[in-house]
Parts: sequence; structure tokens; C-alpha cells
Amino acid sequence: MTGKLDLDPVLVARARELARRAGQPVVDLARSHTTVSVERAVLRLAGVTGADPDGIPWVNRLVDAVAADVGLGHGVAVPVFDALVREGITDVTLLAQKAAAGSVRFAQPTGRAATAARSAARRAVGAGIRRIDRRRAERDRLVKRHGDPAQRPWIYLIVATGDIYEDIPQAQAAARAGADVIAVIRSTGQSLLDYVPEGATREGFAGTYATQENFRLMRAALDESSKEVGRYVRLTNYASGLCMPEMATLAGLERLDMMLNDSMYGILFRDINPVRTFVDQRFSRQVHARAGIIINTGEDNYLTTADAVDEAHTVTVSQLLNEFFAHEAGLADWQLGLGHAFEINPEVPESFRLELAHALLARELFPDAPLKWMPPTKHMTGDVFRGNLLDGFFNLAGALTGQGILLVGMMTEAVVTPWLSDRDIALQNVRYVLGAAGGLHEDFVPAPDGFIRRRANQVLGEALDLLDRIGEQTLLTAIAEGTFGIMKRPADRGKGLAGVAAHEADYCNPATDILEAAA
Amino acid sequence: MSERSERTGQHSSAALTQPRSGGVSGAQKQIVRPYGDTTGDGMVQVSFTLPVTHDKRAEGAAVQLANRMGIDPAMVVHAKGMGDGFTFFVVYGRVNHLVDLNAVQVVERDFALLSAKDVNAVIKQRLRRKLSVVGACIGTDAHTVGIDAILNVKGIAGEKGLEYYRELKVTNMGAQVSVPELVETARAEKADAVLVSQVVTQRDAHLHNTREMSAAFREALPAGRRPLLIVGGPRFDETMTDELGVDRIFGRGTTPGEVASYLVHALITQRKATP
Repeated sequence: MTGKLDLDPVLVARARELARRAGQPVVDLARSHTTVSVERAVLRLAGVTGADPDGIPWVNRLVDAVAADVGLGHGVAVPVFDALVREGITDVTLLAQKAAAGSVRFAQPTGRAATAARSAARRAVGAGIRRIDRRRAERDRLVKRHGDPAQRPWIYLIVATGDIYEDIPQAQAAARAGADVIAVIRSTGQSLLDYVPEGATREGFAGTYATQENFRLMRAALDESSKEVGRYVRLTNYASGLCMPEMATLAGLERLDMMLNDSMYGILFRDINPVRTFVDQRFSRQVHARAGIIINTGEDNYLTTADAVDEAHTVTVSQLLNEFFAHEAGLADWQLGLGHAFEINPEVPESFRLELAHALLARELFPDAPLKWMPPTKHMTGDVFRGNLLDGFFNLAGALTGQGILLVGMMTEAVVTPWLSDRDIALQNVRYVLGAAGGLHEDFVPAPDGFIRRRANQVLGEALDLLDRIGEQTLLTAIAEGTFGIMKRPADRGKGLAGVAAHEADYCNPATDILEAAA
Repeated sequence: MSERSERTGQHSSAALTQPRSGGVSGAQKQIVRPYGDTTGDGMVQVSFTLPVTHDKRAEGAAVQLANRMGIDPAMVVHAKGMGDGFTFFVVYGRVNHLVDLNAVQVVERDFALLSAKDVNAVIKQRLRRKLSVVGACIGTDAHTVGIDAILNVKGIAGEKGLEYYRELKVTNMGAQVSVPELVETARAEKADAVLVSQVVTQRDAHLHNTREMSAAFREALPAGRRPLLIVGGPRFDETMTDELGVDRIFGRGTTPGEVASYLVHALITQRKATP
């Protein structure tokens, strides 16, 4: 800890302990359940690819067929590899096609058949995980060759045209203009699709569909850009929504570098069932850990619905929970892009000092995490001149508090999807602030007993109180009662609940086995 | 920049409590032109990008475009190349167009703005039951920011949302609600009014979704039992109610108080209070 806020180490340790106490029952729940998307991710690792003529992926058809015959609770790996032997074929995608046609029956084998199916499944899934390992090694080589960005924070820019072939030149132009990380925003509504679309896509709403082929195309384009600009340009997408585990898997297979992956976002903002979310999330984070992917959490979102001053402590609580869940799933500190945002109403007196206090609190609580600093959105009014000023202060707060990843704010936030010129002006804003004050965090030490220190310690205290209350009533109850971001989300409601199953005694998931053995 | 510009009166403070009629067909002309620092100077500032590399010809092209926009003389005060083959311009100049304020057509607020207390009182006295409101973002739109600003207790800009009104029963269905779900919920909640928020406008999604919604209500319920249909979002044209089949469109900057006042106006004071 750098100690700019004089946080009490006993309180900080207690906050982490309370987060563990609140999170552990959820981890236990995640360890004893599976979901359709976890099982589909296992099949993707085992080599099932492609989709039927209606665009429904073969992994969906295969998981549905297995679930119809033997349920989901054993895991699909063993029934699938058992059927493969009985059918005398080696291609799992072919098996999926036969299953979809109704010509294969699935059973949960016992004895030697079960042992054989288990080891065959483990071999196939192991091959998939080795592909992820190779992509990670490839990233390491490319980072070594092209280098990391010269400065911190890394400059993170969004593209979102809906058409991957439009996104590519825009992303390459952004990289040339100084972006270190490109995020391709997903099409609105993709989070609620219970399948991953296939192929390159040219139609999307307020974003571009996340597909394996789109991942591959964009990564290849940014590899070209990395060579051109002499630094490794990172690519971000979303492991969220109903297909979180599959998105994580595809990201690992296509060498994406960062993934949005919040512990509670889907529950609160997309009304996805809490149990489904926690089960999917644990698996996806295990995959991210293996793939060397940096996760980005979504605490900024709480502040867009709740008041950024009154509810500042819910961000801290969520960061602590995200950290606990991430560590439990095997992610290292350098992979934790914990989120927070510049969302205090600029009319509030001393709003900038409050922002600095909150940002510095996150920095000091998580000294080794590449914090993700999110720009103002809620108080961007359409007055683009004022918006540009606000973004400048946001950039300055990022520089002063040593943030790891800076999402570039647009003065046209809430007006239009950014124009070419909006992006250029926004990047100019970032470059000016980082150029003029990039090292100012060295000199910025809030006065002892000053406003910033007092405020940061107050927020930490409120976070401890909230964690205390959550501990007494469990995290699921807290979510049900609307503790985070005002939304109330009971554990027995929400989208995707039908795709959750409790483990049977003989549940087998070779991917989890391999990932946990390594951790 | 100047803080004040000649406005059409849409946001003027004159219309606080008294209903006003829309300013159509005035007796005499009331001409204004843009204001830089002197009355009548007609000065404006615009910025745009042209898909050309920055050179003398590009600046000439910017001047020509500005001239065609009615800006003459036009001064290119800033030109900056962006990446390959694009240039950004800031242009200041005198615009030769005039505006006749009396020929301006806007949807004026045609109802009185009431306080939360008054809204509750009118509902209680004249409706004698709670007024039921169902809200949602329909289609694939996942941006609940608009509907939440109007419905959540939290509200917006220091003004509490409709959930705060004692005499309103609010059902907020959240994001990505299908039209059939919305109709069903409106029926189950005996909705007096349905509020739909649409933020995403790509490929005119907000217009398609709104038409689909109003058509579904027309199909599902007879005219007398249909709830008041209200749609809101930053990119709507407030004059398109007939075209979209809704009773009212609210645009950027609408507050919960305006919506509550409109509900009281449309459902109670304008209609002869039929419970």
C-alpha cells in the first residue's frame, strides 16, 4: 500500500474478510451447479464448431439433446463421449448433427464405459485448453516483440458500428491515433441470447455481435496494427450475459486480451437469474485466468442508476466482491481491471475532490490491479463544450490517481455514437492531459486530515458497514433486496434460470478439472 | 461562447402554470437572426469533417460548403487532418438565413405543471383510486436510463420519479421487454397509462418499436379501455404522435414532474373524470 490515504490496515483486512464471508456461500453454490452455457463451453473446448442452417450452434443442439435424455446434472461430457464410442465416430460436431436429427440416444454410462468416456472427454477438452495455452504464449511473444504502451493508463477506445468490416478500419485508425486497447461493443440485446451467433456479421444494433469469427477478424487486424504502430494493441469484448462461459472460451481461443466480466452486472442490469450468473461467472473466470485475459468489472454501472456520492461505497463493496470471486477462480491481481467511474454530478460542491477521493481509495485498496477508470456519462448533457471540459477533468483524475486503463470519454456521449472527429477530439484531450500531467500522481499526496483523506476513509467505513450487513443476510438476499444499483433481483427469478442444474454425484466437467488442477 | 441564444420559446419560463396554445400563424412577423456579439450580426459557428486530406483545397472545400449552408463570409478558423484522408473544420461566419418566430411550429406544453402534492391530490379527489402506470424499454433496447429517470424514486435532476408519487402505482418492467409481455402486463395491472422509453435509434429502431407497440395495443384492447400510450427518448420528434399511433411523445430533458402532470391532465382533468 502506498499510503496516500492513511487507510487503517486492520480495516482493510477486515473488509477483505467480510467480502470473503459474503462471497463464499455463492462460490459453494457455483461449485455445486452447472448451466447449459458452461456445458456448451466444455463442448466448444472439445472441438464442437459451427451451427445448423437456422444459425443455432451445434453446441446448443447437442447440449439440448443430452439434457433431454439424461438431464444436465451429470455434465454433458461423459454422455457425449460415451455416445461417440457407441456410434463409432470421432468427430464431435458430426455427433451433434446426428443428435439434432434425433438419431442418437444419450445415456449416463457406468463402470468401464464411464471410465473410458471420462478419459476420452478429458483428452478432447485438454486439447482445447492447450489451444488456449498456445494463444497465451503467442500473446506473450507479440507483447515482447511490439512492446506495451509507453504510458499508464492504457488508452481504451470503443468501436461499435454493427458491421465488423466497418469496425476494422475504425479500430485500426483508432490504434494509429493512440488507442492501446480497442473494445468492440456488442449489439444491444446479445446478452440475452442463449446462444452465440456464428460467422462474420454486418448487422447489429448499437454494437457488433460477438462471434468467434468476428473475434478472429478483429484480432488479426489489430496484429497488423500492432506491427505498424510498434506496440501491442489489445482487444476487448464481453464475457457477460447468458453465454458468459462460451464467450470466455472463444476469447481464449482467439487471443482476445481483455473481457468485460462483472460478478453482478447481468443480474442487476439484464435481469439474469443470480444463480445462473454466479455459476457461469466462476467458469468464465477460470478460463480467463488460464488464457491470461484481464477482466474488466462493471462497477461504473451502479453509479449511472444510483447517486455517485451516496452510493460510492457500493462500488467499493462490489470491487471487493469481484476481487474475492476473481482470486477464487484463479485470476491474479494483474488480471483484475476493477471498474469505477467519474459520475458525480458536477453541480455538487467539491465534486472533483470527491472523485479524487473515490478514485484514490480504489487505487490504494487494490495496488496491484490495473483499475479501469470510466468516463462521465450520466451528467453528459449534449452540451459538448462542457462535456469536453468534464472529460478533461476525468482524464486528470485518472492521471493523478494512477489508474491502469482509461476508457476515453466522448463529449458527444448521449448525443450520437461517436463520430470520427469526436474520437479525435477525445484522444487529443487525453494526450494533452497525460502529456501535461502524466506524472503528477508522484506529487499528488492529499493533506493529512484533509478533505480527500477524510472522504476516502468515510467511504471505506460505509463499505464495511454494508459488508457487515450483507454477511448477516447473505449476498443473494442483499441482491434480492436491491442493495446494489437499486434493482431488486430475487434468486428464484430472472432470465436463464431454466438452464441451471444441480450437480449429480457423478457430475463430470473435464474443463473445470483441468483448470482447477493447474490453479 | 455566448450563453444565450434566441429561442423559440419552447423552454421559456412564461409557460409555467398557464396552458398555452402552439405558436402557429402569427399576425405579424417576428424575425430573428443568430447573435454573435451584436444584434443582427447573424454569426454562427459550425464544425464538420470532410473526407479529404488536409491541404489548401480542403480548406477551400470547407468554405464552399459553409457558403452553401448560407454562411457568407465564412472563416475557417481551424482545420486539422485526422488519420488518412479526413479533415476536421471549425468555421465561423455570418449566416444569411432568417427565422420568423411566428412561423415556428412546436409542441408547446398544453397542460399545467403540477407539484407532486397537487398530482396526488387531484388523483385522490377525482379518480378515487391509484392511477396505474406501466413502464418499459421495448425491443432490444437495453438502456433503462430514460425509463428509470422517470420512474425510479431516485428520479433525475433532483426531481423524484413517479414511484415517489403516493397515488401512482408504478410497474417498471425494465429493459428488453417484448411487446406482448407489455400488453399483458398493462392488462393485468389495469394500466391507465403505458410509458415506453427508446434510446437506441440505429436503423430507426425506436420508430419501428413504437409503431409495433401502438398497433399491438390497438389490436388487443378496444378504444375505451386502451391505456394512454406515451413514448419518450432523446431522438423522437415530438410532433409524430399520429404517425406513431401514440398519445404523447416526450423528448430530451423531460422530467418526472412533467410526465405526472401530463397524466393528470390527459386522464383526469381533460377527460370528465370517469373512475
